[in-house]
Amino acid sequence: MLYREAGQFKTSYAADQQLFPIRQDRIGLVLLLAVAFFGIPLFASEYWFSAILIPFLIFALAALGLNILTGYAGQLSLGTAAFMAVGAYAAYNFQLRVEGMPILVSFICAGLTAAGVGILFGLPSLRIKGFYLAVATLAAQFFIVWCLTKFPWLSNNSSSGVISAHNINILGYAFDTPRDKYLLVLAIVALMALAAKNMVRSSTGRAWMAVRDMDVAASVIGIRLMHTKLLAFAVSSFYCGVAGALYAYCYLGSVEPDGFSLDMSFRILFMVIVGGVGSILGSFLGAGFILLLPIFLDITLPFVADLFGLPFSSATVSHIQIMVFGALIMFFLIVEPHGLARLWQIAKEKLRLWPFPH
Amino acid sequence: MIKNFKPAVAAAAVSLAMLSQTAAAADQYFPIPSYRVGAYGANGQAFYGGFIDYLNYVNLKEKGVNGVQMTWEECETEYNNAKGIECYERLKGKAKDSAGPIHTMSTGISYALIDKSAQDKLPLAMMGYGRTDAVDGSVFPYAFPLVTTYQMQASAIVKFIKEKVGGNLAGKKIVYLYHDSAYGKEAIIAMEAEASLNKFSLVQIPVAHPGNEQNAQWLRIRQEKPDYVVFWGWGVMNQTALKSAQKVGFPREKMIGSWWTGSEEDVIPAGDAAKGFMAATWNVAGKQVPVIADIEKVVYGANKGNLQDKAKIGTVLYNRGVSAAVLSVEAIRKGQEKYGKGKALNGEQMRWALENLNITDARLKQIGATDLLPEIKTSCDNHEGSGKVKIQQWDGAKWVPVSGWIEGNKGLIHPLFQASAKQYAKEKGITPRDCSKEK
Repeated sequence: MLYREAGQFKTSYAADQQLFPIRQDRIGLVLLLAVAFFGIPLFASEYWFSAILIPFLIFALAALGLNILTGYAGQLSLGTAAFMAVGAYAAYNFQLRVEGMPILVSFICAGLTAAGVGILFGLPSLRIKGFYLAVATLAAQFFIVWCLTKFPWLSNNSSSGVISAHNINILGYAFDTPRDKYLLVLAIVALMALAAKNMVRSSTGRAWMAVRDMDVAASVIGIRLMHTKLLAFAVSSFYCGVAGALYAYCYLGSVEPDGFSLDMSFRILFMVIVGGVGSILGSFLGAGFILLLPIFLDITLPFVADLFGLPFSSATVSHIQIMVFGALIMFFLIVEPHGLARLWQIAKEKLRLWPFPH
Repeated sequence: MIKNFKPAVAAAAVSLAMLSQTAAAADQYFPIPSYRVGAYGANGQAFYGGFIDYLNYVNLKEKGVNGVQMTWEECETEYNNAKGIECYERLKGKAKDSAGPIHTMSTGISYALIDKSAQDKLPLAMMGYGRTDAVDGSVFPYAFPLVTTYQMQASAIVKFIKEKVGGNLAGKKIVYLYHDSAYGKEAIIAMEAEASLNKFSLVQIPVAHPGNEQNAQWLRIRQEKPDYVVFWGWGVMNQTALKSAQKVGFPREKMIGSWWTGSEEDVIPAGDAAKGFMAATWNVAGKQVPVIADIEKVVYGANKGNLQDKAKIGTVLYNRGVSAAVLSVEAIRKGQEKYGKGKALNGEQMRWALENLNITDARLKQIGATDLLPEIKTSCDNHEGSGKVKIQQWDGAKWVPVSGWIEGNKGLIHPLFQASAKQYAKEKGITPRDCSKEK
């Protein structure tokens, strides 16, 4: 009833092609952003900022990057964590070695460096596809981590390879509390998500999708394969690089190469798969699901155990949490293989007709 | 769907309410980000088992410290940095009025917590892992790499070898065989400094993680014919190295490992290839230590033991957990002397106590921990407090100490820490405290 388009007439092409053609969506999004920017900072505790909201936003950004590559351009990648590592170490080095470098410029440079590395490791995609390409990007994963441990210059000769993020200071304002960092991350993620949403609707995005659906057909209709695929790698790695820089500067504060493991790449891939392949919203939903559900279970299980008088140790809770989590992933993939974003879409369609379905 | 959702929301609300509770002021609360599942779960079980058993022991035996009971809460980190931070943030809410030192048993997690814990004024203990330049307490007021560090350990091992070869290392050759990771590289700087000081030649040979294939490395060692191999292994790499050494005929009596190679789990899988192998340790294994035997009697007698597998009592890692708890409890005693007996200490007070520890052998004997760990005396510019290790040898069935407490070359190693801490302070814009003004 609330969610109905009746009476919303599109009188110009611009109105028809805008990002969110339905008025309720626009209002919803503005409300969501208002809550995120103004509501949450008023009420959330430090725990919420540093343990839940900041990692959620950063992983959503990384998942968004992978989604551009895998979901839109159809190139499977297992090197996401490595590209994040490039971003983190690049931001650190720009900040360290260039006197007076503004931190935001460092983040952008980190993204550009990651994009360069991404193009390099994207080159095999011109020849190989699917699982074989996944193996080639796996090489990126191992090579970059090896490289960061091997060359001490990259970590400023730290004996252990661990780098420690600098303080964040923008135009004289120090972003040192979790709330400040959250707002910074939120602003960056919101801007980049908006950019991604527009990009995938543009001719670039349509070229990516054409390549994904059938690359021979795409090249027949005049899409340059090399250009398109490498651009996808570059843009995706840029997103991952910025996510990596934020991961180091706004979340952990200090990172080591081994922290950007294959395990992390897989987690981000799962976020994309569970959230929805080829969907901007899906990246956020997937990151939320993979990241927040374990914490939620972790906090509620002991309470539930208390309620029924079960003797749960923290190890048991952890085991049960892993089992429940695994079962839920299977459940979602069986019930809705296209991810949470598709569920949301179905809900929307139903809402549009409710309460009078055909 | 909505029906199912309601209890979940209620549960979330209640758990949030639980989060905001704080421990009663009369109890000393320990936030424990522990790990008992995952790849390193077995290590965590032994360490945190020992840690909690000792806290229980203090509660049962002496009714707490001057009447203050020890309480704690665990949170499972799975040795994962992100989970560690989540746990820290969750536990810290309850640690406002009363906080024991936080032991993460993970270098990665402690690195990530160094800045945060200083901001929150909660002391972070890193015993035998973590950021080693935190020895310089003027830059790292809230971080305590207590007892000893990788660099001091390497230096102590070199000292032990020097004694073995008759006091002069000039012209000798030592191979440093290490796990190619942050952990393995940590000691290189100390080995290099020792090599140039003592004029022995140092050959560095890395082993890639996980290290279950070391033929190439050991062929190289056979060619190099070193006098000793100093061995910085981890996990499966340890048993493989011992077996490979046996294969190329390198005597295990000439191999000395770090303290992550010196537990029962490291040598038993290698069978008789491990016999004669030596490793450094800062805490002694076995049940012959009076306090360990007493814990088994008192805590497990009262059926309050933390371990499900009692066979772990007296292993190296269990005793390490007990040692960590002994230091924490002694610090609480020290703090209560200053801030009032029978009161719980908050993070700032705990920090002062850890910085002014003075545990003598006489005191260790009193609590039944004779020779469990070395004497410790900390100060503002020395958060390590000891720098001593013992060398132990595997006789095929158990670890036997073959040396007294050996102190690393402090004059050589500590300036390295200070230089590194200074660089950190500069990068972070920290103004170091003036240690001469601290009391």
